[in-house]
Order: sequence, then structure tokens, then C-alpha cells
Amino acid sequence: MPEVAEISFREAIIEAMAEEMRRDETVFLIGEDVGKSGGIFKCSEGLFEEFGTERVIDTPIAEAGYIGVSVGAAMTGMRPIAELMFGDFSLLTMDQLVNQAAKVRYMTGGQCKVCLTVRLSMGAGRSSAAQHSQSLHALFAHIPGLKVAVPSCPEDVKGLLKTAIRDDNPVLIFEDKMMYNDVGPVPRGEYTIPFGEAVVRREGSDVTLVGTSSMVGLSLEASKELENEGVSAEVVDLRTLFPLDTETLIASVRKTGYAVIVDEGASRYGVTGELASQITEAAFDFLDAPVMRIAAADVPVPFSPSLEMPTIPNVEQIVEVVLAMRGLRQGAIT
Amino acid sequence: MAQTKKKPASNKSKKKISRVTKKSEKKTPKVPSLDPDLAWSMYRKMWSIRKFEEHVWDVYTRGLMPGLAHLYIGEEGVAVGACSALRDDDYITSTHRGHGHCLAKGAQLDRMMAEIMGKESGYCRGKGGSMHIADFSGGNLGANGIVGGSFGIATGAALSAKMRKSGQVAVCFFGDGAANQGILLETINMAVIWNLPAIYICENNHYGEHTPADKVTGVDQIVKRAAGIGLEGVVLDGSDVVAMYKGVQAAAEKARNGDGPTFIEADTYRYRGHHVGDAAGYRTKEELDWWMQNKDPIAKLGELMMSEKAANTSELEALQEQVEQEVIDAVEFGRNAQLPPPEQAFEDLYA
Repeated sequence: MPEVAEISFREAIIEAMAEEMRRDETVFLIGEDVGKSGGIFKCSEGLFEEFGTERVIDTPIAEAGYIGVSVGAAMTGMRPIAELMFGDFSLLTMDQLVNQAAKVRYMTGGQCKVCLTVRLSMGAGRSSAAQHSQSLHALFAHIPGLKVAVPSCPEDVKGLLKTAIRDDNPVLIFEDKMMYNDVGPVPRGEYTIPFGEAVVRREGSDVTLVGTSSMVGLSLEASKELENEGVSAEVVDLRTLFPLDTETLIASVRKTGYAVIVDEGASRYGVTGELASQITEAAFDFLDAPVMRIAAADVPVPFSPSLEMPTIPNVEQIVEVVLAMRGLRQGAIT
Repeated sequence: MAQTKKKPASNKSKKKISRVTKKSEKKTPKVPSLDPDLAWSMYRKMWSIRKFEEHVWDVYTRGLMPGLAHLYIGEEGVAVGACSALRDDDYITSTHRGHGHCLAKGAQLDRMMAEIMGKESGYCRGKGGSMHIADFSGGNLGANGIVGGSFGIATGAALSAKMRKSGQVAVCFFGDGAANQGILLETINMAVIWNLPAIYICENNHYGEHTPADKVTGVDQIVKRAAGIGLEGVVLDGSDVVAMYKGVQAAAEKARNGDGPTFIEADTYRYRGHHVGDAAGYRTKEELDWWMQNKDPIAKLGELMMSEKAANTSELEALQEQVEQEVIDAVEFGRNAQLPPPEQAFEDLYA
């Protein structure tokens, strides 16, 4: 058997769940259409056949209800993986995730663990309009008690999802739906990826591009174009927003002196602002320019491609911002 | 207007209950309706809750506790009857008015009082307070500050029990206020379709905070909603602790046998305001007096025990004194306990 196989982001998710369900009988999958149909994004194909209705549970369309049920199961010895097919639907579950899951351990003085994994999609770009395209990870990263993972490639989604399932805390793992078909190398043996360990995807010396989820790929593309312009970009993939690996982030910015954050959440009060602030606090003396933010536009995601595409970050935008920061382009930045 | 409407509603439920009682008396005229040990145990628990709550009121008015508390006085029959019918490892979820459920499920008076006073030796190390007391070792998954907040937790605990084949049952206590929250439908529907070992006990105390329940509820009995969701609905007199015990015992047996969830509406009344700072000016003294005179769960059980020669007045008084002393000791325990040091604010967040 080869040590690495080229598989899709979706297949990596299925592998992670199947392996953990084989390993631990308290792990089960619950969500809308996750059973025989294999999920709206086909992210649970084959699991129903292997594990049956007892452990691959189709729910009514009642997000608050089944997330609440998952919280209760997670507090009493089970390890549910709850799928929210569109991250937008997480907004129906806020009481369960924010008031209950995130707080019950703390409120009760550490009496319980909430061994819950919530898988949810994110991201625009497929004309799904405003209620099926949001990237809401910042909302949950804001809540003490939750952990948030934002994998950027098949290898990472598998390793991070396995870690999430084994974690004794509520974890939300955001999957950019534009990446489900992306193929990449995934090790064949058993592995997990720890939370709170960012990875430098590309080394560089002139600017740090900090990416989350699919924005890492975008940053890598931009770094190739920047290379042609004579700018050496370093790309940092955060992997998890909480816990956050500030060490890797800050070390990179101290080295390059320039930082651009790329994230698909809305710009205002979001991930980019938080990271910019953290960088400024920890590396102010090393910065040669203000930290720049590239995020989704502050509008609901529109339907028509001609409207939608300009609202989400793109490669050209990253390149332009970096060149302007480095004084290689005239005019306003962003 | 509200009060004139209130009375008939109360009388109506009274009639219904007395009819049920008569029927069962006819069937078994000579057999005592309760086991003396159980009766004593339930009397003790109800009296503990009553005295505990009275002392919480005292502790609040003397400025010995931070924040507020929602007192359970008047509703003791519901929690004690229900929890007495459960196994130690069965689950309950409680509400913001949760002291009664916690004590009925076996919590200690001293650690309860310490928590309410925000002390380190409290059940939640001072992090939860009155509204979040939990005792996982005794199956109490916690009171909840969100009205209807524990439907999911209780239903999930029932799913977990079923998946682990543990034989446990999960009881979800909630009020008439929570009966109008949407998640009730979502979760109970799942308990029905998955045949979960869950019992949903609606404590209808007739007021959601300050608003009469019948002003904001589209059915005259909340239990009528059970049929619409697809599970058995039962109305019980919350002031009749024996009826509560028997009703929940039957529901628990049914759940353990794999025959699914039950919805119980317990007719009850809180003697105090919504919380310790609420004088309850939205209801009449006549209404309160009627409930206290006709529907006091402790007085009713005491009378039953005496009529069945399970107890006499002096025995009950001796127990009352003993329990009150335990509560006074609990208050002292709480007063003498240490406040948690500030650095503990950063503990217990992640496992």
C-alpha cells in the first residue's frame, strides 16, 4: 500500500469518521440526510452501510433540536459528530451551542465533559445566495468554551476531524464547500493533527500571508504571482482559530515585517480584525506597514455571480494589497 | 379579570384529579395507598426543600448571597414524587427554579447552600450559583438559566442511555413558560421517533414569570400538545406527591421497557414570586390562599400519613425540627465556606 494517496477533501472527511467510528463505539454521526442518502454533500457516503441506523442517524429538519440532543449525548458518555449541512443553519442552534455546550462544563465547576464535534460547511462562490453561503466561524471563535477548526486541505481535514472527535470539548470544524472535491495527498496510516499548531505552507521573507480554510489555497496562488513580481511571500495556515497558534504567526510576522490576513468571513468585527490586533500587540516594533485585512465584503452574499464573486477574496486582491504595502504599486490599498 | 378566569381553571383541574383518586380508592379500598418508608422519605425531602427555600429567602434578604434565586415553595410534590420514582443513576435536567429538583435527586443541603452563596465548596465551585446547580454523580445534569434550555440535554441523555443500553431514564423538568418554546416540539418529536427513554414533566405553575400561562398558551391544558407530537400525555396533581410518584414510576417503567417517552403535566403553584425580588403583585391573595389551603403538597401528605397511621403529629414535628436544624447547619456551612480565589475564574473551561 502506498504511504500517501491522492483523495478528495470529502473522502478524507469520510475516512476520518469511519476510522473513529471503528475505533470507538461511542462515536456516532447525526444530522439531516446523513444516512442512506450519504449527505447532501455526500460527506457520509458508505457510513450508513458500515455502521447502520443506530450510529448514522437521520434527523428531522430541526437543527436546534438535534444539536441539543447531541449536546446531551455528548455530556453523558457519547461522542456525537453532528453535521449541519450548511453553516448558515448553525444560527438556529445558537442556544444549544453557545448557552449550553460552551458553558455547561464551566457553569458546573468542571463536572462534565461535552465530547461534541459539529461539522458544518462554509463559504460562498456557488450562487447559493445569502442563507447558504456564509462563513460564520468568527461567531463561534468568539465564544469561550468552544474550539474552532478551519482545515485547508484533505490531509488536514482528516487529521483535524479525528482530533476533534477525540477531543473532550465542543469543537466546530468548518468545511469550505468549494473544497469538497479538491484532491490532495493524504497519508494512509493512522495520524491526527493537534489543535493549536499552525503550519507554514510556504516559506518567504518579504510578507506573511495568514490564511484560514480555502483562503490558504488562495494565498498560495497569490504567492506564486508575487514571486513573479519579486516578492517572497510566506503563507501561514492557522488550522485552528481556537486554540490559536500565535507563536508561529508572530514569528513569521517578525521575520517578514509585513502581514496580510485572508479570511472568508465578513470583514467587520471578524477573524481578520482579531488577528491584526494580535499581531499588532505582539509584533508592533517589527511591522513596516499596517497589518492589512482581506475578507468578504460587508454585505450578505448575493446570488448572481456578477455580484457574488466581487464580494469574496480573490488572488488578484491579495497580490494588489501586498504590492501596495511593499510600495510596488501606487494608490489606495484594498 | 385575570384572577376571575384563574379560579375556575384551578377548580377544573382539582375536579379532574379528585375523580381519579376516587376511582383508585374504589378499586383498592383496604390496601394502604402508600408504603410508609416511602412516605416518610418523601415527607422529609419535601420538608427539606421547603425549609431550604425559606432559608434561601432569609439568606437573600440578609444580603448573604449574591444575585437572585427562584424559589420552589409550593411545588415540592412534583420534584419529590418524580425523583423518588427514579433510580440513582437516572438523569434529570432542571430549570431556573431548580433547587427542589436538585434536592429531590439527592443533592446535599450544605453544598447547595454554599453554591447559592457563591462559595468554593458549592456544587459548581461558585461558578454557577442558584440557576446552574448540577450534581452529575447523582444524575442531575443541571439546572438551566434558559427557559426550555434543557430539552435537548435531557433528550440527548435519553438517546445516550438507549445507545449504551444502560437502562437509564432521563427526566426533563420544565415549566408552563418553556412549553411555548419551539425546541419542545423538535426534541420531543425525536424522542418519539427514536422511542427514547425520556419523561417530560411540565410543571404548570400557571405563571411564566409575571404572565398568566393561560394568556399566552393556545390550549387549556398543555398536555393536549402531547397527542399532536405523538406521545402519551398524563395530567397529574402536583400537590399529590403519591400521584406524582406513581405516575412517574409508570412512565419510567414504560421507558425502561423500550416503550418510549411520556409527557406529564403536573398542576402546581409557586407560593412566592418569580424570584426572591418579585412580590408577585400580578396575582391575588385569594388565589394564593386557595392553593395554600387546598393544595399544599406537604400538608396533604402529612394528613394522608396520619390517616393511614403511618405517622402522628409529634413524629412529624420531630422530623420537621430535625430537618430545619439541618438547613440551619447548611446555612452556617455556606457562611463559613471560602469564596473561590479569583484565579479559579480561569479554571474548568476546557476539559
